[in-house]
Amino acid sequence: MADKLIISVSELSKKFGDVRAVDNISFDVKENSVIALLGANGAGKTTTIAMLLGLLVPSSGKISIFGIDMLKNRYSALSRINFSSPYVDLPQRLSVYQNLKVYSQLYGISNEKERISVLADDLRLNDLLHRKYGTLSAGQRTRVMLAKSLLNNPELLLLDEPTASLDPDSADWIRHYLCNYREQTGAAIMLATHNMQEVERLCNQVLMMQGGRITDAGTPSELIEAHGRDSLEEVFLAVARKAPPQGMK
Amino acid sequence: MQGIFKNIKDSLGRIRGLVLRYVYLIKGSLPRLLELAYWPSIQLVLWGFISQFFLTQSSVLAEAAGILIGAVLLWDVLFRGQLGFSISFLEELWSRNLGHIFVTPLRPYEFILALMCISLIRVLIGVSPAIMLAIPLYHFSIFDLGLPLLAFFTNLLIFGWVIGLFVTSLLLRFGVGAESLAWALIFLIAPVSAIYYPVSILPNWLQWIAWTLPPAHVFEGMRAILTQDHFEKTLLLSACALNFVYLLISCMVFLYSFNAARREGRLLQIGE
Repeated sequence: MADKLIISVSELSKKFGDVRAVDNISFDVKENSVIALLGANGAGKTTTIAMLLGLLVPSSGKISIFGIDMLKNRYSALSRINFSSPYVDLPQRLSVYQNLKVYSQLYGISNEKERISVLADDLRLNDLLHRKYGTLSAGQRTRVMLAKSLLNNPELLLLDEPTASLDPDSADWIRHYLCNYREQTGAAIMLATHNMQEVERLCNQVLMMQGGRITDAGTPSELIEAHGRDSLEEVFLAVARKAPPQGMK
Repeated sequence: MQGIFKNIKDSLGRIRGLVLRYVYLIKGSLPRLLELAYWPSIQLVLWGFISQFFLTQSSVLAEAAGILIGAVLLWDVLFRGQLGFSISFLEELWSRNLGHIFVTPLRPYEFILALMCISLIRVLIGVSPAIMLAIPLYHFSIFDLGLPLLAFFTNLLIFGWVIGLFVTSLLLRFGVGAESLAWALIFLIAPVSAIYYPVSILPNWLQWIAWTLPPAHVFEGMRAILTQDHFEKTLLLSACALNFVYLLISCMVFLYSFNAARREGRLLQIGE
């Protein structure tokens, strides 16, 4: 049976004045997949994610998630989506438990105590539950943010730089956790990241963005092969610097 | 029908969730809790002594000793009502949390209702000690106003929300750079609200402005009860009608600002 389509984006653009932050992009995301939006700063990754979530209204184009038109009826999809970003925070003076309880209610989770307890076990948060969020380290905050983004068992998880500012061990642990989550739930995960190791480890599809456009798409190995490079990092650098594929003049 | 009940239940659950966020904030800080009651109580003590002094000097005040104290207490309902609304919104900007809130299924009208609930809670916490303090200190009980007190309280609280909605709309447009408006904007209407003096004291053109604002009707209504023992129904009805119009306009302005923030990408960026 064919995988269900989770996201369908068609000719999506966003203009801020004369600047085209996202320029006529189209892509699909199927269930049980991890897709990376890869690009330098200002490539349009965060803008794309914000439009998918309805935080930003597109200038033109269509977004359909779970077959729901997000420009007309986003609220019926939002309970099945979640999001995490280092650029958006949680209330610092609330404890971890209080934050998770508030968001459980905002997402309408019926068995909130049980859900928080499961996530606290999974994400090693039990010792942090009654500490104020503002007192946590960057790694601990990332884990709390991830717990918040998994509260509603999302079928679509949008993560903006999920392992930014983490040490290699914590980052690896988070990647492992996300892999397991996808395998267990069949959810689609979309990452906006600069971390090539993360993309190679997690993603089965990559959208390379530059200047608001999708300049290349494929699996990590397809992109490496198409550009004649040894790693995705080399591909990224070549695209960012607009170098021709290796072996070509 | 079952679907409608489920939608209402879900909606109430989301409003409760957001109210809980602000309740946690208040409960988590004793200084914050004390501060809510501190200013109204200090205002009351100050104005209570001033009015006691005036009692010995003015025959008008001698007729109705509670006018100034009643005015102070009711003004605080309006002031704290708008502050409770605006500050709760500012808390979201300070904590850079708006982006998370608005990717949940919470609708903007639920967000407004949650801010109204927490504003009411903050007003009750803030003004109740001052109301109680007035009874032993100055032998003035605002409850002597009777049932109209509830109408005055409600009207002032609603107008506080109106100002709060205008302030939050400006915050959505200009970010935390405009946060001083949360404290300052309401004082723009204070001179024409006829809090401590009747509308007739104002110049003609300002009287016209005063009568377009619900607080002037409320404070005139309060004075009518305290000085003439007479409840002016027309004043109350005008305050209600005006509040209805202002509330409608302010909600529309808020929704316009919210949609503009979504078009211009400010929901993600807005913060300290």
